[in-house]
Amino acid sequence: MHQHQTDRPATGHDDAGIAAETARIIADHADVEGPLLPILHAVQDRFGHIPAAVHDPIATALNITRAELHGVLSFYHDFRDRPAGRHVLKICRAEACQAMGGAALAEDVQALLGLDWHGTTADGRVTLEPVYCLGLCACAPAAMLDGQVMGRVDAARIDAALEADA
Amino acid sequence: MLKDEDRIFTNLYGMKDRSLRGAQARGHWDGTANIIEKGRDWIVDQMKASGLRGRGGAGFPTGLKWSFMPKESDGRPHYLVVNADESEPGTCKDREIMRHDPHTLIEGCLIASFAMGAHASYIYIRGEYIREKEALQAAIDEAYDAGLLGKNAAGSGWDFDLYLAHGAGAYICGEETALIESLEGKKGMPRMKPPFPAGAGLYGCPTTVNNVESIAVVPTILRRGPDWFSGFGRQNNAGTKIFAVSGHVNNPCVVEEAMSIPFEELIDKHCGGVRGGWDNLKAVIPGGSSVPCVRGEKIRDAIMDFDALKEVGSSLGTAAVIVMDKDTDIIKAIWRLSKFYKHESCGQCTPCREGTGWMMRVMDRLVRGEAEVEEVDMLFDVTKQVEGHTICALGDAAAWPIQGLIRNFRDEIEDRIKAKRTGRLSAVAAE
Repeated sequence: MHQHQTDRPATGHDDAGIAAETARIIADHADVEGPLLPILHAVQDRFGHIPAAVHDPIATALNITRAELHGVLSFYHDFRDRPAGRHVLKICRAEACQAMGGAALAEDVQALLGLDWHGTTADGRVTLEPVYCLGLCACAPAAMLDGQVMGRVDAARIDAALEADA
Repeated sequence: MLKDEDRIFTNLYGMKDRSLRGAQARGHWDGTANIIEKGRDWIVDQMKASGLRGRGGAGFPTGLKWSFMPKESDGRPHYLVVNADESEPGTCKDREIMRHDPHTLIEGCLIASFAMGAHASYIYIRGEYIREKEALQAAIDEAYDAGLLGKNAAGSGWDFDLYLAHGAGAYICGEETALIESLEGKKGMPRMKPPFPAGAGLYGCPTTVNNVESIAVVPTILRRGPDWFSGFGRQNNAGTKIFAVSGHVNNPCVVEEAMSIPFEELIDKHCGGVRGGWDNLKAVIPGGSSVPCVRGEKIRDAIMDFDALKEVGSSLGTAAVIVMDKDTDIIKAIWRLSKFYKHESCGQCTPCREGTGWMMRVMDRLVRGEAEVEEVDMLFDVTKQVEGHTICALGDAAAWPIQGLIRNFRDEIEDRIKAKRTGRLSAVAAE
């Protein structure tokens, strides 16, 4: 989903900071019905992933077991349990993009970054993930960099976009 | 061919003004309060008379579905949930509505919710639809600012709130009860039915789940009358329908057409014909990835509606037509779908959890020809054991494409196995 990973403040990632932020996020969703997914989206927006430290406070606040929380976290592909790289690059792997050279694009980018799917570069700069249909079939192949969708991409454009934002 | 003045979605391609002003200029939000004034029963009766069948794939009559909702609230709120979790390979009709003509959907939500006594409605959109989310949220905000949503929505006296909920990357959340579970913040695992959502759905309250297209056509049907709508298509297959044609046609497109249009006309008029001509047509998946494929020579004369496609051993589904010419490795194409369903099975029911993986592994070998001929029958038998033995239809959806493949292209599968074994192509495969 939305990874606002640039300019993320360095503070707020110790356990006390996470606890305070989580309490604020939970309070923000106090009057939302079915609040778990919105809270998890907000936590991931804030920290870039779902830290283990938020499990207890969320489970307690919503009166669900940690097992239920774990079930939800592991069920949805969008939630991650560890930090991603500073940039998250998702390449569409669905049929329309494959028909327009998406498979070759994926291979090129994998070679460019030296990564397999779900991998992160050693310097923590980029995480590469597959995604299935961003709805941009008309300008395939499509990709998404840090929540921004891109159409008609090739490896050179992706490289340039990553360089521009390094 | 459908005339322009009979199109419900007048901005399907986004070439015109997408804002509220633009939508109103094209006739949307016109006299919404007057429609609501005519009352719940009138609206439900009109919808029944229009013959609209659900556009999400199953084709259940929409008006009838609405009438299952309790007439009087027993104290629990009622909900309308709109299924915008369009994730099936090949299906791309709802995204055009949400991106380019979102006010048809928003007005439909208000009218449908009123008809079912719901003061709140949720649209559940898949997380990967970034542009659609932005466009739809912008349109909802616009409607709130204009007083068309919220208290006394559109001056109708009905209080109505519309929420947009985002998915998080799970195909199964397009199943109606899984969608409800996901809205409640749980894993998207389908519920047993009964109780049906109309009795106990979202938060245990009466709920109706409808497809985006089913809801978006409602205001126009009520304005122009059920007779106008049922004037298109054959008996029991009324109305206009958005077809999403992809694959080996010269001009793939999403187009609104009258139901019961002959397949040949649809492809020739709107898509510039099959790539390489009609003789080059190999197979067609007429309703999104979960329906069986049909051989090219059988589909050419077929009529595109619910009942006629059943006669050729398939289904209209979501009307996402996937055309494949003779370049296609049909076994590999179906393997790709098997892989998709294996990936998306939620794991709740054993036949689906184990069966989808099992079917994919056999398909994997069939693609390479590394199998015994008897295994084709065994695979068919396994699909029969998955089909109908699961809580939701994902098991069926995984089984049907393989059944369609075996029914229609058994010769090709067997040829490949023989070719692998003998090291040479048979006469058929060498064609």
